[in-house]
Amino acid sequence: MSDALLLSAEGLTVSFPGRARLFAKRDVVRAVDGVDLKIKRGQTLGLVGESGCGKSTTGYALLRLNKASGRVMFDGVDLMTLPADGLRQMRRRIQIIFQDAAASLDPRMTIGDLISEALDLHKLHTGERRAPRVRELLELVGMPQRFAERYPHELSGGQAQRIAICRALAVEPELIICDEAVSALDVSIQAQILNLLQDLQQRLGLSFLFISHDLSVVRHVSHDVAVMYLGKVVEQAPANLLFENPQHPYTRALLSAVPVPDPDLEKSRERVVLTGDLPNPADPPSGCRFRTRCPVAQAKCAETLPVLHEVEPQHSAACLFV
Amino acid sequence: MPLLTVKNLRTQFSTERGTVRAVDGVSFTLEEGEVMGLVGESGSGKSITALSIMRLIKEPPGKIMADELTFDGVDLLSLSPAQLRDYRTRHIAMIFQDPMRSLNPVLTIGRQITETLRRHLRLSGGDARRRAIELLELVGIPRAEKRLDEYPHQFSGGMRQRVMIAIALSCNPRLLIADEATTALDVTIQAQIIDLVRRLRADLGTAVIWISHDLGLVAGLCDRVSVMYAGRIVESGPVRDVFYRPAHGYTLGLMNCTPRVDDIGHRLKPIDGMPPNLAEPMPLCPFLPRCEKAVEACSVKRPLLETVANGHMAACHADLSDHWRKDKVA
Repeated sequence: MSDALLLSAEGLTVSFPGRARLFAKRDVVRAVDGVDLKIKRGQTLGLVGESGCGKSTTGYALLRLNKASGRVMFDGVDLMTLPADGLRQMRRRIQIIFQDAAASLDPRMTIGDLISEALDLHKLHTGERRAPRVRELLELVGMPQRFAERYPHELSGGQAQRIAICRALAVEPELIICDEAVSALDVSIQAQILNLLQDLQQRLGLSFLFISHDLSVVRHVSHDVAVMYLGKVVEQAPANLLFENPQHPYTRALLSAVPVPDPDLEKSRERVVLTGDLPNPADPPSGCRFRTRCPVAQAKCAETLPVLHEVEPQHSAACLFV
Repeated sequence: MPLLTVKNLRTQFSTERGTVRAVDGVSFTLEEGEVMGLVGESGSGKSITALSIMRLIKEPPGKIMADELTFDGVDLLSLSPAQLRDYRTRHIAMIFQDPMRSLNPVLTIGRQITETLRRHLRLSGGDARRRAIELLELVGIPRAEKRLDEYPHQFSGGMRQRVMIAIALSCNPRLLIADEATTALDVTIQAQIIDLVRRLRADLGTAVIWISHDLGLVAGLCDRVSVMYAGRIVESGPVRDVFYRPAHGYTLGLMNCTPRVDDIGHRLKPIDGMPPNLAEPMPLCPFLPRCEKAVEACSVKRPLLETVANGHMAACHADLSDHWRKDKVA
């Protein structure tokens, strides 16, 4: 059953208090506004969008690291209504890794202790089963055993990210949320980590939510992709369909803006250059949120809120004109 | 005569761990109006090369040496501090990754642009303001007259970078050096800035050195590209030659490990290992320990930068012609 759902989120919404106003209600910033996502077992869902679109906030909401509403079903259990106890149990099954891996490692602990700590938290592999497990985990992420004795400052960026992945794997999760996990790495090192993640997925049947602004990387690792703009998913499809046949004007603009390392192709490509900047998320445009920058927007876009609808099997977009 | 001539540039830093050769014998020339890309990974020396040309390296602990470093025939290494300040705005300008750090948060944008104009071009207050509005319009900032009186925090990241470009262009420099100028920006904003740089180059004929780790950006923007590794240029040439007929193992490795948005399915080929420590002597090719294409000669002597084809040079003993794009004619 490769297409079995591991996680599905419905109507996920995260609001933050915005600027206070005199004689008026305080602004509310809806960073994530009614997002639906599905992550399949053993597969990767890529979540892309530009800064401020709410992609990281969505990731944190799935782990209940912020105040979110909506429903998040993980393996049949609604995470949103789970009491603290149960939530801790579930969090063992969902791990998260960040862009700045070195910052997530305590500088005073050795690598071996850092991995042990992750096992301690969930009382896994205690006693004499601990040392062999730590060795096994290091091997899993391609780190030589001698690194167990070293400290985080002795690691390069790529090695620190391997250790962060190692700590996430220690508790045998089923889902790993990667929040811009390879964005700070040089391409040669980034490729090493991407291959590692793909190998681990194959070996351990892991699912990933891969949050990134880098469309080339997302295309490379994802089975399905969701594109976010100002707190909403504007298009969602299997990676092939989305990249070969983008429907939403925002997705089209985004894809055409990504440079390709091929001089002839770059010169002949059709480009949709968007004008203007991202609107203020505290005061999003009425109707379609993308309309202020959209090359095909018309008057009715200001009045009608487009909803995600299927444009071809498995492929949905939220635009009045597709 | 080329606009910029760099011959055997060596920039070193003395540290506790010894002398770090951040730039180790870099040579190139740049013609008037030419756009050259400088690519490589962190620590390859691309930024230090640019900062050395701008003479923005603190000496000591740094030390800049070169057989020749001339801009339009003027020796940059012999200029006095006052002459250098003048050079840096009127002839060569530079923009950086983080525009917020280059802008003064407590001064209006207008003040920061007119300051340059009044000081270096000796314009009057009114003339400077008029020119500043022109410049903001040139870089595509709407409502320029009003925005002149706003502060940096009132501008978005893309708009701030436009302001930096406006300041950089204020004295009509003949060379603009951009160091990862769009790296921190979202792709749709990056596309706007790239469009702007293309237009400026066409309209004003400004030469550009575009430093980036993004091969795609360089492929679309530049006439020529130089690839740096461990403080040296390992390959350089017209972009089509370098991208379609790479002649250095590192360039080929970079292409093979870069994911592409127009391509799916095939596994990336990472470059194993890590870049060398620049404080240690490197008698052989610095890329040798990570190179998949190494041949016997590589463990005998260091390859020198040699001509492969017209204007295309590489420092590599291996023959990579099996990997060339046969469908692309130089």
